[in-house]
Amino acid sequence: MSNDRSFSAVMARKQEIMKKSVGIDYEIFESGSISFDYERMMKETGYSLKEIEEIQKQTSVGNTPLYELRNITKLARKYAEPGKGARIFIKDEASNPSGSFKARRAATAVYHAQRLGYKGVIAATSGNYGAAVASQAAMRGLKCIIVQECYDSRGVGQPEIIEKARACEAYGAEVVQLSVGPELFYSFLLLLEDTGYFNASLYTPFGIAGVETLGYELSMQFREQEGRDPDVVVITNAGGGNLTGTARGLIKAGALDTEIVGASVSLAGLHMASDTQFNKKSFTTGHTGFGIPFATWPDRSDVPRSAARPLRYIDRYVTVNQGSVFYMTELLAQVEGLERGPAGNTALAAAFKVAQELDQDQIVVVQETEYTGAGKHILPQLTFAKENGIEILIGDPSQEIPGKNIILPKDPGHLCIEELDLEKTRKSYIRNCITNNNVNKATAEDLAFLIADTKSNEGFVRAVLAELDIEVETEAK
Amino acid sequence: MIIMDAKRGDWVRIHKTILNVGERAPNIPEDTQSVPLEMWDKGFLMNETANKGDLVEIETYIGRKVEGTLIEINPYWDHDYGKAVPELLYIGRQARELLEEGADNE
Repeated sequence: MSNDRSFSAVMARKQEIMKKSVGIDYEIFESGSISFDYERMMKETGYSLKEIEEIQKQTSVGNTPLYELRNITKLARKYAEPGKGARIFIKDEASNPSGSFKARRAATAVYHAQRLGYKGVIAATSGNYGAAVASQAAMRGLKCIIVQECYDSRGVGQPEIIEKARACEAYGAEVVQLSVGPELFYSFLLLLEDTGYFNASLYTPFGIAGVETLGYELSMQFREQEGRDPDVVVITNAGGGNLTGTARGLIKAGALDTEIVGASVSLAGLHMASDTQFNKKSFTTGHTGFGIPFATWPDRSDVPRSAARPLRYIDRYVTVNQGSVFYMTELLAQVEGLERGPAGNTALAAAFKVAQELDQDQIVVVQETEYTGAGKHILPQLTFAKENGIEILIGDPSQEIPGKNIILPKDPGHLCIEELDLEKTRKSYIRNCITNNNVNKATAEDLAFLIADTKSNEGFVRAVLAELDIEVETEAK
Repeated sequence: MIIMDAKRGDWVRIHKTILNVGERAPNIPEDTQSVPLEMWDKGFLMNETANKGDLVEIETYIGRKVEGTLIEINPYWDHDYGKAVPELLYIGRQARELLEEGADNE
């Protein structure tokens, strides 16, 4: 095979490489217009909840403990109206084999790769998912390559990402590190083509189905322990898979009244593909730089159709500043005796505020924690921030300017969250569906798809389409 | 006898330019456009001997052959727990004090 290895030629072969490396023909779920059959894709290419429980059991994934954060709840109540301040719980996903909930996603992906006879797996990730895939590959005897965006043009790397590289190597993986830029995808495609390995994408149906057990377990644990489902689940949101999988698992458990709240670290103003801004941020995941683009266009991922579709499940979306997440990480260690990684505590910072809106007998649960270690810890991350010219201040976190300063709340009462306008996000998603599918009218099927994919209603979608001058065909084709 | 930096089988780190300036994707920020896309990888040196700066071939841990410029021999991780961050020290003390006062709203 004498393939052209130039950037444009490799990108042009994208569909072909993808099809071979994930073993899914996404075409069969397409309608040819905006809509595609999401549920059919999840059903026919994924695994049932029972099967996933079985697969995850084989590699000791899941069944993580649930802790009540009594002191953090007590602190939240001090700053709430009388009678307010729901009980805050956390699911300790750090106790999974690779130290994060990502083991659930990796377990199904690596199992699937092995079943289909692939010799190895490749994942493009700078986060916990890399260590998860490497760990699962080690257990199943597959080879593993992790591709990371790691360094800026000075060769300076985010301490958190460097720690992830170390962890992947510890599990016997090869780590290909790259400098800043979305062309990582080009290197990733070349590696898939050269090796013939499986694309252990975060966004395949089996990857997302792997997270469903998390939501399902939550419901079962609360029913056993408290006799009912939690009122609110707060989920750190980046690419949308954590939220999608957890919400689907809750639905499968029959926990239909549980509110799904997404939380991301606000990195407003920082450009994710900028070489000079790469090291101005102190979070490499769980932030708005992934959260918003992936919510408004999930199919930007490394597979033709992403199984992670957060707008389909989200009820409320809030952002928190970097300082509040570092603060909560320190608080979790200091008053709950749990030292965990910062990024996983994004949802915890949000939950602290959400709990204050609810009654004391209600339950808010943060559905994950992640491991902590050298590089991936508040001290090295704040040290790194200082070395990159970021000021660390104590005061009003709502004044934080990403890339310029990090503001720690001066007391628990100063922690704040910001509401994201979901109507606007849903509108952007619908607009992107029109633009990216290059259509000038919508079918009846499209209308139904857009309602489901934005968890909205017919009136809303019709109004947005009308605003965009898109006519809706009355009859289904 | 000339002493070389590394010999066959040594564990080394290599560097390679993947895309030069001008070959980068069109829709990325200007600052990123103006620098190359670089790559780093590790493996066992395949050449009999080599010096830092030489173009070499390695066999990666999983057995892939990759070419690049030799930059490090016996590379190691030196990320750590950072330096003292005194700004964080109020958090635990303040929270413990608040908890000792008892809850206002219970």
